[in-house]
Amino acid sequence: MTALDLRVRSKTRVADGVVALTLEHPSGGRLPDWTPGAHIDLILPNGLTRQYSLCGDRWDPHAYRIGVLREPDGRGGSAYVHDVLAEGGTVAIGGPRNNFPLAPSERYLFIAGGIGITPLLPMIHQAELLGADWRLLYGGRTRASMAFTGELARYGEKVTFVPQDEVGLLDLPEQPPPDAKVYCCGPAGLLEAMERRAAGWPAGTLRTERFAAKDTGTPARDEPFVVELRRSGLSVTVAPGRSVLDAINDAGIGVLSSCRQGLCGTCETGVLEGEPDHRDALLDDAERAAGDCMFVCVSRSRSGRLVLDL
Amino acid sequence: MTIPALDADPFAPDVLEDPAPLHAALLAAGPVVHLPRYDVYALARYEHVHAALTDWQSFPSGAGVGLSDFRREKPWRPPSLLLEADPPRHDAPRAVLSRILGPRALRRLRPAWFAEAETLVERVLAEPEFDAVAELAQAFPLRVFPDAVGLPPEGREHLLPYGDHAFNAFGPPNDLVEKGRPRVAELSAWVDSRCRREALAPDGFGARIWAAADHGDITHAQAPLVVRSLLTAGVDTTVHGLAAALYAFATHPDQWRRLREDPGLARVAFEEAVRWQSPVQTFFRTADRDVETGGVVIPEGRKILMFLGAANRDPRRWANPDAFDLSRDPSGHVGFGMGLHQCVGQHVARLEAEALLTALARRVERIELAGTPRRHHNNTLRAWESLPVRVTLGPARADG
Repeated sequence: MTALDLRVRSKTRVADGVVALTLEHPSGGRLPDWTPGAHIDLILPNGLTRQYSLCGDRWDPHAYRIGVLREPDGRGGSAYVHDVLAEGGTVAIGGPRNNFPLAPSERYLFIAGGIGITPLLPMIHQAELLGADWRLLYGGRTRASMAFTGELARYGEKVTFVPQDEVGLLDLPEQPPPDAKVYCCGPAGLLEAMERRAAGWPAGTLRTERFAAKDTGTPARDEPFVVELRRSGLSVTVAPGRSVLDAINDAGIGVLSSCRQGLCGTCETGVLEGEPDHRDALLDDAERAAGDCMFVCVSRSRSGRLVLDL
Repeated sequence: MTIPALDADPFAPDVLEDPAPLHAALLAAGPVVHLPRYDVYALARYEHVHAALTDWQSFPSGAGVGLSDFRREKPWRPPSLLLEADPPRHDAPRAVLSRILGPRALRRLRPAWFAEAETLVERVLAEPEFDAVAELAQAFPLRVFPDAVGLPPEGREHLLPYGDHAFNAFGPPNDLVEKGRPRVAELSAWVDSRCRREALAPDGFGARIWAAADHGDITHAQAPLVVRSLLTAGVDTTVHGLAAALYAFATHPDQWRRLREDPGLARVAFEEAVRWQSPVQTFFRTADRDVETGGVVIPEGRKILMFLGAANRDPRRWANPDAFDLSRDPSGHVGFGMGLHQCVGQHVARLEAEALLTALARRVERIELAGTPRRHHNNTLRAWESLPVRVTLGPARADG
């Protein structure tokens, strides 16, 4: 088990086909900080990695909440969460990372389709705290399929629920409200429709996030791997319970670190060969794909052997 | 459990000259120590300083990270959007600046800064004796950092006195703050004028901050204040961090030999110097509610005073803490803070230090004190006035 294994504190059905998981550190300690729009990687025992937006309360440092939709056509990630993962069980995570941050604005329009509501929930909480003028358009197939409607109801008329079987499709705006930022998350069809509309809007007005269901091919591993330190001529084996950082330091090669959470960037290390399993909060998707560096305090290896520039 | 009290002034001249006796007393007295003189709660042990730094929910920064309580007193300048802000307002400026000052963004500066360091060192070493504070610790950051921000050459002499006052202003309104007051308006006006878009060269850190505003990641009203954070916190801190490293080596010839033999230790050396001297000594926070820490309760609304310098030498955390030792792993020190507000410029400081120490290690066989070093008193910084050194040149070594 890795240092980033979290325990499932609770698992609750919150809509048709949607469960909410509350995750906590097994020691009860603080979890890494996050901001609205952030997601974590869930690294499942079958090697699949799935990204889920954090939708809880960042003022509670001891819990993460995610909402997971069962995707019948998926490769088994959501099915594992729905059918196998139980309260008290553990799951490895990476991140949190944020590719969808909430930019400052006096006015927001939030548009959610289905499970796309999850990253918007903490944004809405934040907009409310800041006293911003905001509205939410929230569409779904049926009312029963729409998660978190109960907690959104307290915002009254700022929220418009649009169950398709009752009132049809979301009525998307042709123009953004004046000086507003528009945050949209949901199925690809919704995002494409919004992006077409926003083509002539001021830059940075529409902000979207899409989780491409891309699989790197190589699954995450839950078994030892070998780290070769090219310049030092040393090799160390990293067991599942240990960080690469600790393994390297134990071998007598000093690597500076600071936060030990993949947040500060101090322990960046060059990767010469092998495929890192990135679990930091720093690299974007392109930098991850480049595979030429990693943060050894949290990141691991997908390949059996990793060669580092140390 | 009652909270021990200590009748001490952490900002008195004798403590600023040598804080070690106060640190020892605080570490011994308990995890939380009341300082009646300012009615604040002192934390000096590593465990509790680390916990308070990371727990932004319990110990927010919005009421100021100095003694002054912004909820009751008007700050001397508009509060920082980074240092003196909490989530959610803190998020966007922090995200923008983290990206601009991140290690990957700094890679493009690396060759130029290493070359600048070589040039400076070559020139300074023409004399066997010099003041390492003025000639190296100040000269190098004052050259490369304002260039990277995009400041013109004129007026850079305002940066150090402005930063000195800003860091004094976190303390009580003592003689040090009074000394800076006559120039506050002039220095602030200069700094504010340098934060405007038209004052900044294209493609520097400053221009990138304004570009982020154009993209809507921060507002245009926020942009000049984010630039101001660079100019406030980016100069004096690195000057005294570099001075700490130079002082450490001038007084530890065995450690200099190690660096000379293995210039790859430059980054470790700087980190250990930051732990050992802690250029930023203290910061305050405010208890958001009654907060339990170290077995006692800090009452809601009261200030805590975190002694980073004491935590970095707490024997509960560090073996042989008073030794400057390149074989130690200084990782985890709180010299850059920790958590949400951890120094956003830490990678800039490290790159400056690595460049300068590498250039020195190539050329200098021995470095030793040539006179009595003099401290510069500041309410927050462990600072230097002068550090006279004598160097002996050796055969140039290849880059490590």
